Order: sequence, then structure tokens, then C-alpha cells
Amino acid sequence: MANVITDETIDYVGILAKLELSDEEKEQAKKDMANMLDYIDMLNELDTDGVEPMSHVFPVHNVFREDVVVNGDTRDKILKNAPEKKDGSFMVPKTVD
Amino acid sequence: MSLLNITAVELGRKIKAGEVTVAQACKAALEQIKATEKELNCYVRVLDEDVIMERAAQVQAQIDAGELTGPLAGVPVAIKDNMCTEGITTTCSSKILYNFNPTFSSEAVVNLEKAGAVILGKTNMDEFAMGSTTETSYFGETKNPWNTEHVPGGSSGGSAAAVASGECFYALGSDTGGSIRQPASFCGIVGMKPTYGTVSRYGLIAYGSSLDQIGPMTKDVSDCAAVLETIASHDSKDSTSFQREDYDFTSALIDDVNGLKIGIPKDYFGDGLDPEVRDAVLNAVKVLEEKGAVVEEFDLTMVPYAIPAYYVIASAEASSNLSRFDGVKYGYRSEDFNGLHNMYKKTRSEGFGAEVKRRIMLGSFVLSSGYYDAYYLKALRTKALIKQEFDKAFEKYDIIIGPAAPTTAPKLGDSLSDPLKMYLGDIYTISVNLAGLPGISVPCGRDKKGLPIGIQMLADCFKEKTLIRAAYSYEQARGAFDVCPAQKGVN
Amino acid sequence: MAKHYETVIGLEVHVELATKTKIFCSCSTEFGGAPNTHTCPVCTGMPGSLPVLNKQVVEYAMAVGLATNCTITQNCKFDRKNYFYPDNPQNYQISQLYLPICCNGHVDIEVDGKEKAVRIHEIHMEEDAGKLIHDPVTDCSLVDFNRSGVPLIEIVSEPDMRSADEVIAYLEKLRLIIQYLGASDCKLQEGSMRADVNLSVREYGSKEFGTRTEMKNLNSFKAIARAIEGETERQIDLLEDGKQVIQETRRWDDDEEYSYPMRSKEDAQDYRYFPDPDLVPVIISDEWLNEVKSRQPELRDDKMIRYEEEFGLPEYDIEILTGTKHLADLFETTNEIVQKPKEVSNWLMGETMRLVKEQDMDIEDISFSPEHLATLIQMIDKGEINRKVGKQVFEEIFKEDIEPAAYVEKHGLKSMNDEGALRTTIEEIVANNPKSVEDYNAGKKKAIGFLVGQTMRATKGKADPGMVNKILKEILDQ
Repeated sequence: MANVITDETIDYVGILAKLELSDEEKEQAKKDMANMLDYIDMLNELDTDGVEPMSHVFPVHNVFREDVVVNGDTRDKILKNAPEKKDGSFMVPKTVD
Repeated sequence: MSLLNITAVELGRKIKAGEVTVAQACKAALEQIKATEKELNCYVRVLDEDVIMERAAQVQAQIDAGELTGPLAGVPVAIKDNMCTEGITTTCSSKILYNFNPTFSSEAVVNLEKAGAVILGKTNMDEFAMGSTTETSYFGETKNPWNTEHVPGGSSGGSAAAVASGECFYALGSDTGGSIRQPASFCGIVGMKPTYGTVSRYGLIAYGSSLDQIGPMTKDVSDCAAVLETIASHDSKDSTSFQREDYDFTSALIDDVNGLKIGIPKDYFGDGLDPEVRDAVLNAVKVLEEKGAVVEEFDLTMVPYAIPAYYVIASAEASSNLSRFDGVKYGYRSEDFNGLHNMYKKTRSEGFGAEVKRRIMLGSFVLSSGYYDAYYLKALRTKALIKQEFDKAFEKYDIIIGPAAPTTAPKLGDSLSDPLKMYLGDIYTISVNLAGLPGISVPCGRDKKGLPIGIQMLADCFKEKTLIRAAYSYEQARGAFDVCPAQKGVN
Repeated sequence: MAKHYETVIGLEVHVELATKTKIFCSCSTEFGGAPNTHTCPVCTGMPGSLPVLNKQVVEYAMAVGLATNCTITQNCKFDRKNYFYPDNPQNYQISQLYLPICCNGHVDIEVDGKEKAVRIHEIHMEEDAGKLIHDPVTDCSLVDFNRSGVPLIEIVSEPDMRSADEVIAYLEKLRLIIQYLGASDCKLQEGSMRADVNLSVREYGSKEFGTRTEMKNLNSFKAIARAIEGETERQIDLLEDGKQVIQETRRWDDDEEYSYPMRSKEDAQDYRYFPDPDLVPVIISDEWLNEVKSRQPELRDDKMIRYEEEFGLPEYDIEILTGTKHLADLFETTNEIVQKPKEVSNWLMGETMRLVKEQDMDIEDISFSPEHLATLIQMIDKGEINRKVGKQVFEEIFKEDIEPAAYVEKHGLKSMNDEGALRTTIEEIVANNPKSVEDYNAGKKKAIGFLVGQTMRATKGKADPGMVNKILKEILDQ
């Protein structure tokens, strides 16, 4: 089964992923994604009924921290790489809220 | 004999014995870098000589004072550029992090530094570790030191090429789908991906969090064991890190495979495998058989399904992991935008390269409403089946052996034109990450063009010692591997 | 004729948990502090940082689930909710979608004498976002991550409420339960409790639900009540005009008493949830569950019954004393020492509440030590000070939490209990006021009041009025 990726799908994925593609890139992306999905559809050959999806390989669980304050004020370090900052805060274009 | 020809552990021994100073070791590596780096481009950034020599003096003093006694004290190392290093720019070979200066070091690097490592620089890689050739780097491709018309493999291609060429004595790489083992194979060095959870991921800039693992890239198996012993630790900052019983990996450097049960998956030797690679790997197996190992063929039928499952899972995780690169907190921000969401889009579209965008888009798609079950859950179920199949195999075999890659290093530019074809090159390495297993690649020959071939050995989870013993035994029988031509530059 | 409509309401209540540290890192959750001073690589989404779960968050969430009759999910996981916004440093929020920690509970409420159960669909754990402040100088937004990673539980009800009164009753009940558990202070104004209202309308008798909207930015019970009224009206108007309600998130503007759509087309509302690979599952054993159960404090309903049985307090007192956990705690600790329940209750309901009102403060902010109130009551009891002085001292306890014995000593407020000395003083006063004595003897018994007043003035209020009366009568009636 050949997958066809529409302009709408690519635009939608662009909104989700915050990527803006040129028309040329878009055409390529449609083709690449369709090819990959065709390939991925190979998984449909497998009967996975009753198989639990495995998100973690090992049965490790309950890894916790105790509720103790350890971190101090490291604001200068946190802001060191900010493209723009002001008054000890990261600065971003106005949010509509 | 040039210092460059000796291994990290030998160098460490000489430094401890006072035969070589840390400064001399660093100078030797820096000279090699001067001679070959321009052509090879192993590094995104080599530290200033002053900085390196200052650290060398500091380590030397600690060695002289008897404070540093480990096997790697004073030995210069290169770090893949997706591991955070405090105060040293860390880019993931991406424009979007071109100026990112971490405020902490990754746990593996901290462990190395505690053991007296001297960092030479940060090695080149495929952007965000997405790729198999080190050609997707924003800072230009790295070339294979055996033949500069070929790729070094990837994504840890810079680390592999730096070790092979003598631009460092050992390096750290990371492996999400083969990114240590495949370039190690292409560059004629030893590379190991440990069991998931053995080396802390804290400070490793994530690509596929459930698959990523840091590991050693070294000149031989003894170095590999020593480096693994140094970087492996239980880290309370990484919830997926394990407390293991056995961190003394060097104790497994035993030349004995008598009675070792080796499984050869027929599915690793089928269509698409270069006959020269096949012959070299089977010859290596024969060597182990002659030393007393018991060899048997078996079926590992899930192999072909590992690649599609991997690309769904890794891309999904990557699409989420890489969403933090948005021009707000660090890294690149577009110069020209109109409002918040346009800033996000411009920054990310200009900051990420084509392969990264391809995977982010695929990952966003497979997680999106209406597709999650069909793609993501299906892939996680496939992963469970792959794990089951390996569990069954390891009931019968101590190790599984196959090639690390279907071919030797392709020519520069040959892979990028067809992404799917490049993905297929990961066929032998990828399932290991899905199942969390340890795997090692050891040089086992060269093809007609003189390019190295690697044999890959796999063991069950937490059985690195079995792997190290088998690899070490093979290496002892094989004898010294050829010296990479690039390394002779300063001889 | 106009149709009759019914409002159908479900709530999503976010509660900030009272942990000392954030949910996934060891940064303080303390309020205030200059921007980004309570942050670290984890809660600012630095590359390479990884989350590690705070155990206390799980235990608080379990406690709330148990207290609201939920089933605890003994194998629960965290998922990532992916969306881009600058207050969200990773551009995904760690939350729970597929296996939330609690589900299928209920809370019983009473409105106008009618009891009703509001079902709880689920309770899940998640991290809070940072704060955005508009900077008028640059017309940009400033991002402060101090609140980023503060632990929240989100309590999602079924659409079981039909009026603002029911909603308020449900919220008050939830708040009390959570405060009693010590899991949060639940202050709406400060945002440690926030309610999003899912509301739809339908004709009475209809079985189908109408299309709902979700309203955010409701900062007080009053605002919630107004928003329910306003949104109900808006939706009915739409339907009456033959228009449709659009399923969307709206922001309530309490000044304009109107809600506005919040999202732009850049928000696809497709959150691409998937299990967070950086965190491992939380497995709650029966043992752990029982341990948390055994630590559950007495909740209000049980406390009310006990106060009646054990202390025999009037219903009115019980209502007020158990109205907040803080007041109940004050009552119990004080009474533990003095063993006079009605007397303690009187101090709390009378003087304490008077001062709370006078100073326009929250009951939660009462900060005196119950030990000091206990000492005060004992001093009065022993006659060391009289009741009037007692009230004066209590004001100091309430305001400054002074130690009453030392205070009384320092300010010389002790009662004059030496009958001999008092008799001498009174004899003097009687001798100096022959007119009053004359009046008294002439049958104007009221004249004694003047003499008592004179005595109290002479003793600076420290004399016991009863004793003064007694001595005066003895002298005058000789």
C-alpha cells in the first residue's frame, strides 16, 4: 500500500513540529515521509495481537528522589546562554494571553 | 616508535612509570591533530593548547602526588559533541546549538575527569546523532582516515576517525542505533555499546532516550574495558541508570573461549551483505572456533523489522526531545521573525539540517492524533517481540556474532541521496538498541580497497564481561591490527 | 415560549502540592523569590538534563485519591504532553494520560439540604509551567521558571454538577479534604488551587450532552460563579439564535464578565502524548498503599462526629472549628494541654475570630502557638490574672505570639490575690469616699459600683472584681 502525504498533512505536521518548509522542501518532505511510511507498513506483516507495547526494556521501577532542597540560586548560569534576556528573565516575543 | 602507536592503557602505564609525561602525550596528540585535522575534520572544536597543557600539568601533579592511580590518568581523550562539557561549547554538530556553552558536564565526562583524563576537544558527528556517515554535520563532514574519499561512518564518525588517526588516544561515542559500532567498524577500531542503563545519560543531549547509550571507542579491547570501567556508574540523576554488581570490566580480559557457545544468525548473512565482509567475519568466527568455542547457526527472523520499528520509536522520541531547541533559552535564534510562533518556526527551520527535520516530522506524524496506535504502539509491540527473540537466543548462546555493517565505508556523498538506503545500513546494529543489549565491534580484516571490516559480538543484557572475554580472545589470536595510514603522518 | 435549559458542568482542578521541592528536581517550591532564582538545568529544560521523580508527590497524590474514594493505579506511568509555549521549557509537559495514579472516585456534597455525589474521573500528577510577564518597555514577554516543575495534581470530575452552588460546594469540599491531608494549602488567589470549568447546556430532559467549552483563569469562588452564569448565558444565546457552540478553550475576563477564545491556529491541540522514556513506571505495592492509608489523618466528617462525642461541643462550634484544618489543629493542641474543650472553643470562636476579622486576615494565617493560649487559659483558671487582663494578653499572643507568663510578669499584670493588701486598699478608698458610703447606707446599693471602679483603678485592673465586691460589702455592711 502506497502512502500519499498531502499538502495539508505536511502543513499540519509543520505546525506541530514548528517547522516552516519552502515549497521545494515540502515536496521532498512529502516524498520522504511517504517512502518511510511505506517501509514502516512492513510492520503490519507481524501479528502483534496480545503483545504488550514495550516502552522500557527492563523492569526497573520506583526510582525516586527524597523531598529535600539541594539546589540553590544559579540564575546566572541558567541565563548564560539565553539569546535575549532582561531583568533576570528570558525574553521572548510577546505572548498573546 | 611514535607515542601515537601505543594504546591508552599502555600510555597510562608509561605515564605512571614516569617514562612519558602527560604534557608529552598531549603534545603528541596535538601534533597529529595539526598534521591531519585539516583533511579529516574529526573535531568540531579542539581546545586551546594552553587550556590542554594547563590541565595536563594539573593531572601530572596529581599523578606525581599519588592521587591519581587509575589506568587512564593523564591519557588525552576526545568527546563526542553531544555530551555536555562544562565551559566547552557543545553543539551536537548543529547550527541550532552553534554557541551553546553547557553549565555542567555529562556524568560520563565527570567520571573520566575524576580518573585523570585530559580532554583534547569535541568530535564531529551527524547532526544530533541522526545519520550513519557524519555527513549531516553543520560543521562539514569527517573523512575516513584510511581513505579520505570515504565516510568514517556515523554518527560517532569524528570520534572513530580521531582514534584511528591518532588525533586522540581514545574517545567517547554514543550509540542509538549503531552509532558507535558502525563507525568503529568503518575506521578499524574497537567500539562498544554497553547495556542500556550502564553509563549515565545525564548530560548526553538526547536523540532517542530509550535507545541512547554512551560507550568507549578505543584502539583495542583492553582499552575498551578500561574506559568502560571508568565511565560506567550508577547515577541518581538518571532514572534509567542501574546499580550494577560488576563494574570491574577489566577483570574479564581473559584469553579463553573454550566452551563458549556462539550463535550465528543466518539472517545476518543474507542478501545485501558484501561478500568480503561476510568472509572476514566468518574467518574471525573460525578463529574463535579453533580456540574451543562452540559455533552454531540459528534463525533471528525479527531482524528486518527492527529498522522500521526503530525509525518510528527513535523519530517519535526525537521529535519531543528536540522541541526544546526553540530559540528561547539557548542556542540559535532567527534574526528575522514576526511574533512568537514565527520565531519558533524560523529558528528551527534555519537551525536544523535536512535529516533532523525529516526525523522530527516523521516523529511528530507517528505520534499525532489518529496515528499513535497504528505506528507508535505497533513499533513498541514489535520491540517487545524483538526482545523476546533475543531472550530466547541467549538461553542457548553466550554470544551472537555477525557483521557490524553490511559493507565497508561507502564513498562520501553516496548515502545522503537516498535516506532509506542509508537506514538499511543499520540493519545489524539497530535491534541491539531496541533490546537494550551490549554489543562490541572489533576490527577483523580489510577489503580490497584497504577499508577496515568489523565483527560485531552481542551478549545478553549485563553480560559485558562475556563480550569482553570473547573480543579479547579473538584479538589475541588475530594479532596487532594494521596501523591506519593517516597516523603515519608524523612518523 | 422559551425553552428550559440545564447547565452541565465538569471541573478540572489543579492543586499545587505542598512539597518542599519540585516534582523532578531538587529546586525549592517556595513562593516569591526573584525571577529564575529557584531553577536548575532540569526545570529550565537544559540539554542533557533528566528528571527524577519526587517520592512525596506520589504519596500526596495517593493520599488525595484515597480521601476521594478513588482506585489507586498500582502501575502508573508518566507521559509527555507536547506543545510549544515559552512557559514550558522543554516544550513538553510531563503529565499522565494513559495510566493516571487515581481513578473512579467521588466526593459527596450537600447543597440546600440535598446530598449528591460528584464522581471523579481521574487524578493525575504533572508539572506546573513557568510564568510569563509582559514587559511594557520592550513589548516582549519575560519568562520566569521559578514555578516550572512545581508539582500539581489535576483532579478531573465527571460532568455531574448542574449549578454554580454545586460547583462551589464541590470545590470547598475538595479544598477541605486536601487541606486536612496537608497536601496543599489550596489558595485560589495565589493559584495553589485552580479550577477550569467545562460547561455545556442542554434542554431539560435531554439525555445527550451539548457541546462544551473549557474556561480558564478563574481566580476566586466568586469569579467561578460569575463565569458559570456568564458562559451559560452565552451558550443559551447562541442556541436560541440557531447558532452552534464551538468546542474550545476560553479565557474568563472577570472584569468584563465575559469569556474569550484562547487559542490561535498555531495551536493544533494535538498533544502527541507518549510514555516519557526518561522516567520509569511507578509501581505501588499493597504494602506501600496500606502504609499511606494508615498515615491518613482524620478528615472533617470523622472529626465532626468525634468533637461531639468526645468533647460534647455544640454543633455551631464544631462547624466553625473543623471548618479549616488549621483551626481544628489549634483547638486540639490547646485542649490537649488544658482539657477544657468549651473554654478553648470560646477563645477560638470569640477573641480569635474577632481579631481575624478585625485584621482582615485568613484563618490559615493565624500564627500563634497553641501552647501560649493554653498557658493563658490556665493562668485565668488559677486566678493569676483576671479575664479582662486575659483578653488584653491574648491580643499580644495573637499578634506577637508572646509567652503569657513572662509577659504578665514583665508588665506587672498579676491579680492582687493578697486579701490583706486588697482590704487595706479598699479601706482607704472607703475612708476617702464618705459620700458614696453614705449613699450606700441610704439604700442606694448602686453606689458600690463607683467604689469597685475606684478599687480597680487603684490596682490597675489587677484585682479580682469578685473579691473586691466581697470585701467592700463586708466593710460597708459592718
